[in-house]
Amino acid sequence: MPSYVILEKCDGCKGQDKTACQYICPNDLMVLNKETMKAYNRAPEMCWECYNCVKICPQQAIDVRGYADFVPLGASVVPLRSSDSIMWTVKFRNGEIKRFKFPIRTTPEGSAVPDGGWETGSDDLKSPVLFTEPGSLWLKEVPTLKK
Amino acid sequence: MQNFETVEVTTDLLILGGGMAACGAAVEASYWAKKRGLKVTLVDKAAMDRSGAVAMGLSALNMYVGVGEGDNTPEQYVDYVRNDLMGITREDLVYDIARHVDSTVHLFEKWGLPIWKDENGKYVHEGRWQLMINGESYKVIVAEAAKNAMKAAGGEIFERVFVVEPLMDGDRVAGAVGFSVRENKFYVFKAKAVLVAMGGAVHVFRPRSVGEGLGRSWYPPFNTGSSAYFTMKAGAEMTCQEVRFIPVRFKDAYGPVGAWFLLFKSRATNALGGDYMVERRDELEKWAPYGLVKPIPANLRNWLGMLDMREGKGPIYMRTEEAIQNIAQSAGDEKAAKKKLKELEAEAWEDFLDMTISQAILWAAQNIKPEERGSEIFACEPYFIGSHSGASGAWVSGPEDVAPPEYFWGYNRMATVKGLFCAGDAAGASSHKFSDGSHCEGRIAAKAAIAFIVDNPDQPKVDPKQVEALKERILKPLALYEQHKDLSDNPDINPNYIKPKMFMFRLQKIMDEYSGGYSSDFTTSAKMLERGLELLQFLKEDSEKLAAADLHELMRCWENVHRMWQAEAHMRSILFREETRWPGYYFRADFPNMDEKNWRVFVNCKWDPATGKWEMMKRPVLNFITASK
Ligand SMILES: Cc1cc2nc3c(=O)[nH]c(=O)nc-3n(C[C@H](O)[C@H](O)[C@H](O)COP(=O)(O)OP(=O)(O)OC[C@H]3O[C@@H](n4cnc5c(N)ncnc54)[C@H](O)[C@@H]3O)c2cc1C
Ligand code: SF4
Ligand code: SF4
Repeated sequence: MPSYVILEKCDGCKGQDKTACQYICPNDLMVLNKETMKAYNRAPEMCWECYNCVKICPQQAIDVRGYADFVPLGASVVPLRSSDSIMWTVKFRNGEIKRFKFPIRTTPEGSAVPDGGWETGSDDLKSPVLFTEPGSLWLKEVPTLKK
Repeated sequence: MQNFETVEVTTDLLILGGGMAACGAAVEASYWAKKRGLKVTLVDKAAMDRSGAVAMGLSALNMYVGVGEGDNTPEQYVDYVRNDLMGITREDLVYDIARHVDSTVHLFEKWGLPIWKDENGKYVHEGRWQLMINGESYKVIVAEAAKNAMKAAGGEIFERVFVVEPLMDGDRVAGAVGFSVRENKFYVFKAKAVLVAMGGAVHVFRPRSVGEGLGRSWYPPFNTGSSAYFTMKAGAEMTCQEVRFIPVRFKDAYGPVGAWFLLFKSRATNALGGDYMVERRDELEKWAPYGLVKPIPANLRNWLGMLDMREGKGPIYMRTEEAIQNIAQSAGDEKAAKKKLKELEAEAWEDFLDMTISQAILWAAQNIKPEERGSEIFACEPYFIGSHSGASGAWVSGPEDVAPPEYFWGYNRMATVKGLFCAGDAAGASSHKFSDGSHCEGRIAAKAAIAFIVDNPDQPKVDPKQVEALKERILKPLALYEQHKDLSDNPDINPNYIKPKMFMFRLQKIMDEYSGGYSSDFTTSAKMLERGLELLQFLKEDSEKLAAADLHELMRCWENVHRMWQAEAHMRSILFREETRWPGYYFRADFPNMDEKNWRVFVNCKWDPATGKWEMMKRPVLNFITASK
């Protein structure tokens, strides 16, 4: 069942026209059942286990059960993602638990400045110099072949 | 059938896809377009924050040259790539990316991507060309910069619109058509230039797992050959369609091995403890000169392991326990060793959790502790990913200051069709660009596309009849389903149509059995390919009978038509190249040797929209860049 929805926890994203899991799934798998107002994975065998639906669900209502055709039962891997880090809880089949925390970004969400602060004076459309170059290359000029 | 509204969007530059190359294109194009009052439009089938091959995240930037630090030169990168592709590579294209890629990496860092640094503030290298990152949010960050750039320049982004076909004005591309997978809308994008960046293809071949794990291919199941289809249908010349990629990964969940080999310096051995890279050194002679250079080309490393498997020496193991012990021991006293072990453990798990979470589940489910025992590695199935170690894609012009006349026709990264630009997996013969090199190539292509638009400011003409015909054809699977669905008890089983899922399985079976998939040990021959092409012809005819119950299935229909075209170009190209050049990727049993004299050339192919015929051709491999001189 790759990703699956824990029915008790899913609130259908409170009946908004777009649910979070449906918005994010890169393979268009998550859909909302309009009658029960619960989400479901419409084609689990096409799921990449990318965890994007798991990470985005505001209710933590989505989990992943490893592909049953090759993964023994009993393990789980659960993320908790904040704005600057992610915490993973890995549970082994034998019950052992490991936790890992990793940074995910160094700047506030939404703040990426396209030119990264580099000078962008160039106006020559025909040269090979890209808009932040040569500064963003840490060079004085863009290399070319010594013909 | 319900009514479909036709939505028309007129723009200057149309970017197709929202992955690494498209995000690079969006950032660069926005700058140049804003200066000249041009409009940029981007279309992605998914949500840009998490679309494409980097949807899950990554744990390394696989291409960093370090030109600014004086670590390497672009020429050295060309040497490396040419050798890894057994001599077949476009040096101008690889050089071009190598001279610009660091610029993209430095932007990523400013945008907020955590790149590992050592105590002296220098990047931590995984290998000579690779940097380690904390990459869970890699795609989110890169998409954010692209969206911010588009917003500042007045660009427009369409998500959840699946692009199907090119629009043509004679020999110039005029835009694209597609449909929303959320509402009944048919989209017509009219543009002066189109930049294709819709990734590579997977599920053309049968994957190893066909039950619930069907979707667990190494390459994401949502990249389905749209770049190849789009460029072929526009009439563009394609290159290296035979150069598929088969990665060796941890078995079944396809977890990454790069960090184990490069960072942790792990060995892989057969089940008897033999190191095939040492024991089979003689075999490498056969593939000289490429087999004798370091690093040994990826396909040859695969090949040596496969030979061990054939001799009953499998399974092959990544010797994680040995690697970890070696590193821990070199840390010094017991306390230092313990600390190091803890660090390594976190690094090893992060490598999976950042980009192949399934592998973490599999290890946990098998109670695997890498410090105690090795884990099986295995060849996956064939994929089309020209940005990685495959090479398939469109035949594109190189940069004016680098490309020889044979490789230059006016605008950098323009295909042989006017106004059609390609980047990332869409551009061929320039492997090893990976995620950041694809972003960088998107930038290169976008700048050239804007230059093209400035030089060709007229809006190409779009014939409304062409649009109407395309609309009818693209929505036909919905109509066919409505028309016939009440005939049988089971909506999937009906003599009048075929649903996309079984269609995909049929394609995969043909490719796997006739075109050298895993079940035939990646081996094929002319007779097998000819028979495969015959069966593919039936499938092509039946593609007219694809049926869809809803918009999601309509997307699945067209994804599989796209895959089918990728499959045909692949089979024709393997058939044309009468030698074996990339053992480990595929083996021509009827031509088991490499033939430098006749086949050190590109195999290109072209589908002619006017006649519907394929043309196969050789193009010269020119060597003009080398670091060793
Ligand atoms: C498992 C895995 C691990 C990898 N590891 C690394 C690594 O560690 N380091 C590294 O540097 N590189 C790595 N790579 C390579 C890297 O991911 C690719 O080189 C890169 O993503 C290629 O960029 P692209 O823009 O061509 O394609 P993608 O980034 O895949 O983007 C394709 C885009 O096209 C869209 N699309 C597809 N079809 C359509 C359609 N019909 N209509 C509209 N939109 C469409 C998709 O939604 C997506 O937005 C890895 C790849 C994989 C698969
Ligand atoms: S995101 Fe979570 S709460 Fe919202 S619909 Fe999906 S599963 Fe339910
Ligand atoms: S894990 Fe990924 S592919 Fe699977 S349903 Fe969730 S978002 Fe989609």
